[in-house]
Amino acid sequence: MSYACRLRHALRTPVGLTALTGVLALALVALLGPVVLGPAAERVDTGAMLQGPGAAHPLGTDNLGRDIAARVVVATRLTLGLTLAATTIGVLGGLLLGVAPAVLGRRAGRGVTAFVGVLISFPGLLFVLFLATVFGVGATGAVLAVGLAMVPPGARLVQNLTASVAGSEYVAAARILGVGRLRMVTRHLLPNIAEPCLLFAAQAAAGTLVAFSGLSFLGLGVQAPSYDWGRLLGDQLDRLYLNPVAALAPGAAVVLTGVVFALVGEVFAQAGRPVRPPAGGAVAAPGPAPRPARPDGALLQVHDLRVTFPDGRRPVRGVSLSIGEGEAIGLVGESGSGKSLTAQAVAGLVPSPGLVEAGTLRFEGRDLLAERPRGTALAMVFQDPMASLNPALSVGRQLSEVVEVHERAARSAAWARAVDRLRAVRIPDAARRARQRPHSYSGGMRQRAVIGMGLMGTPRLIIADEPTTALDVTVQRQVLDLLGEVRRESGAALLLISHDLAIVAGVCDRVLVMYAGRIVEDLPVANLAGRAAHPYTRALIGAVPTLTTDRDRELATIPGRPPEPADAHPGCPFAARCAHADDRCRTDAPELVPHGTAARVACWHPLTPAAPGPGNPIPEVRDASTAQEATA
Amino acid sequence: MSSLELRQLRVRYGRFTAVDGVDLMVPDGGITGLVGGSGCGKSSLGRATVGLAPITGGQILVDGTPVAHRPRRGPVQLVFQSPYASLDPRMSIGAAVAEALPPSRWSPRPGATARARAAEAAHYLELVGLDPGRASLTPGELSGGQRQRVALARALAARPGVLVADEITSALDVSVQGAVLNLLRRLQRELRFSLLFISHDLAVVRYLADQVAVMDRGRLVEHGPADRVLHAPGHAVTASLLSCVPTLEENP
Repeated sequence: MSYACRLRHALRTPVGLTALTGVLALALVALLGPVVLGPAAERVDTGAMLQGPGAAHPLGTDNLGRDIAARVVVATRLTLGLTLAATTIGVLGGLLLGVAPAVLGRRAGRGVTAFVGVLISFPGLLFVLFLATVFGVGATGAVLAVGLAMVPPGARLVQNLTASVAGSEYVAAARILGVGRLRMVTRHLLPNIAEPCLLFAAQAAAGTLVAFSGLSFLGLGVQAPSYDWGRLLGDQLDRLYLNPVAALAPGAAVVLTGVVFALVGEVFAQAGRPVRPPAGGAVAAPGPAPRPARPDGALLQVHDLRVTFPDGRRPVRGVSLSIGEGEAIGLVGESGSGKSLTAQAVAGLVPSPGLVEAGTLRFEGRDLLAERPRGTALAMVFQDPMASLNPALSVGRQLSEVVEVHERAARSAAWARAVDRLRAVRIPDAARRARQRPHSYSGGMRQRAVIGMGLMGTPRLIIADEPTTALDVTVQRQVLDLLGEVRRESGAALLLISHDLAIVAGVCDRVLVMYAGRIVEDLPVANLAGRAAHPYTRALIGAVPTLTTDRDRELATIPGRPPEPADAHPGCPFAARCAHADDRCRTDAPELVPHGTAARVACWHPLTPAAPGPGNPIPEVRDASTAQEATA
Repeated sequence: MSSLELRQLRVRYGRFTAVDGVDLMVPDGGITGLVGGSGCGKSSLGRATVGLAPITGGQILVDGTPVAHRPRRGPVQLVFQSPYASLDPRMSIGAAVAEALPPSRWSPRPGATARARAAEAAHYLELVGLDPGRASLTPGELSGGQRQRVALARALAARPGVLVADEITSALDVSVQGAVLNLLRRLQRELRFSLLFISHDLAVVRYLADQVAVMDRGRLVEHGPADRVLHAPGHAVTASLLSCVPTLEENP
């Protein structure tokens, strides 16, 4: 959704409506006030000096008998004009000084940054008063003083924002295309920092209003016979006890206008945050009655697992799987297929506001929908090991914490076990390394430490979500070998999630292939090479070049793109991309049914016969023809 | 169309030497694969060829002529690893490709230049298999594979003699990776640019490249024809990389 679109959306919220009303009211008063009430505000009436509130003068009169209410209204235009002028100076100056380091050479850029650093170290108020003295008493001097005082904080903000944009790859790409400096600023830098700058400008306007009123109040700003709210406040303050409303009215005007500016800033901030579109029409159909997916005794039983989000996304749509004791299952799928959310649902980690529903979700015989898994029976390894390690604590401390919390082990015993487990996951010099913090570890060592953390208790299931994606190929192999070894030694079951079939094939016994929130095939690893039944599995295998791929043939590709998690598709989700699809595929969703002796597949037209016998050999040549059909 | 030659190239970040005296020749119109583990300096080398990494020694020659060591429009173009980071989220894909076109001559008719550039950008979008009618979309509305196609179109629109592809498929899903690799190979055969294809994936490099160079800790440890290097590796690092390629056939 574009920014303009989000802005319109933000304006329809209560805050947005209030801000819009406030801005319109202020503009109207500023435009019409002096026209309508100008003569009344200037009329000197010696017969009605220093009166209190009354019918003729709702807020009373000043020492020349002028109507204070009219003067507060008329002062709106000057106050707003001066505030906006000062804000403009401040924001423009901030943008210029802030963008400069990204545009100038390295040395000049450092100079500008240092200059801004020096300026920002002065207290703001001191800076304003200093500048006001320099520029002299009067409205122009005050505008310059307040505006210039806003430049250093603005410049610092813009500098930080542009530095992150200037370091981005799209700016690097533009530089190697020879894009000029000016164009770089107008086309790449400014559009990408516009939203926080708008927010800053709105907040700065509120601050300027107060600062400006303060200067006028002190007599450094607007001079007689002109007047703004600050000056009116100053004039009436000595009569605060005689006619309080006369002094409070200009103060209230300042406060209300400041609130309007702040609300405008809030609207910009809201528009800057991406909002998701409201839920689409499709509502999750109630699932079939609970039934066990596998005979009892399985370690993890999942039947008809669904994860939905209130905005209509349904990333997991009825997944059934079961993992036996010590079994290693691979869960393979592309990004958006729902594989990670399936694992997170099992571990009870689905991010809010996701809703987990299931016919059955049992681990070690306990219902996970009702209670949390027992202590350390379930271990989780994530893609980014840094995300599961606390950078401020030593690795050994983080490992020993697991058993201190779950088993109430003594500190020294827990530490000894932590060192032992780090040794088990091949951390060299484990006793010394345990005292180090995660940043001294390499990526592969961090991931091994996280696996070691899972081994601190007695895990019966290890869920590893893309554990090697962030790692180097050689390190990837070590971590995979380690997972296999850990499984053999501890007897724990493994659910390995990956986008890469080859990674899973090396470690697991069985592979589940996920597509659009469903499991489309469940097959033994041995069947992957050449005997996969689902066209999607075949295409996935054909799309990845191996060390034996024919270099003269094009790689198999899958036309189109996977459905979005919010899309509704009545038939097979893969039908739109499948070369074998017919009308039935587009209208009826195939169930995951047993196929042959060891596999299950959700497809109306599986590519291998259900029961290969001696007279019905598996057609190996189908592999090539499928690849060509998929490319077509 | 051009050859790329690196002579004793050195890249240093502070005290860390990322590329340590590399000599490499990418022959005219050929595909050279550069492989190595993470942190071996292969990406730094790629970025150095377009001036995006601090070069502290050596020379980069295109057709025998030294090129500048700072980022500017040159005969070498780079396609970045992540299409999510390398495209300006606020710029339409048509404008992004048009920005890469060579500066056009001034035309007396207002708008004629802009129209001609838009038409040419559309041509490049078509070349990478994207519907030119979608030129007004922003990258956020495209999938990862489509974004990488835009990045490729943008690099090609600058009419480079040498294209450096830095891990261009590792941020993509497997089903999309094949399509991008097919496209890159087809374009290379049609347009005959020289290609330096950087990847950690030996299988992908083997599929594309005629020549393979292997890097380890900033140095080039092996370089030769792809078949020879991958079937009879002459260096322990190459052998170890080869043994780490996961395959579907193996079982625990």
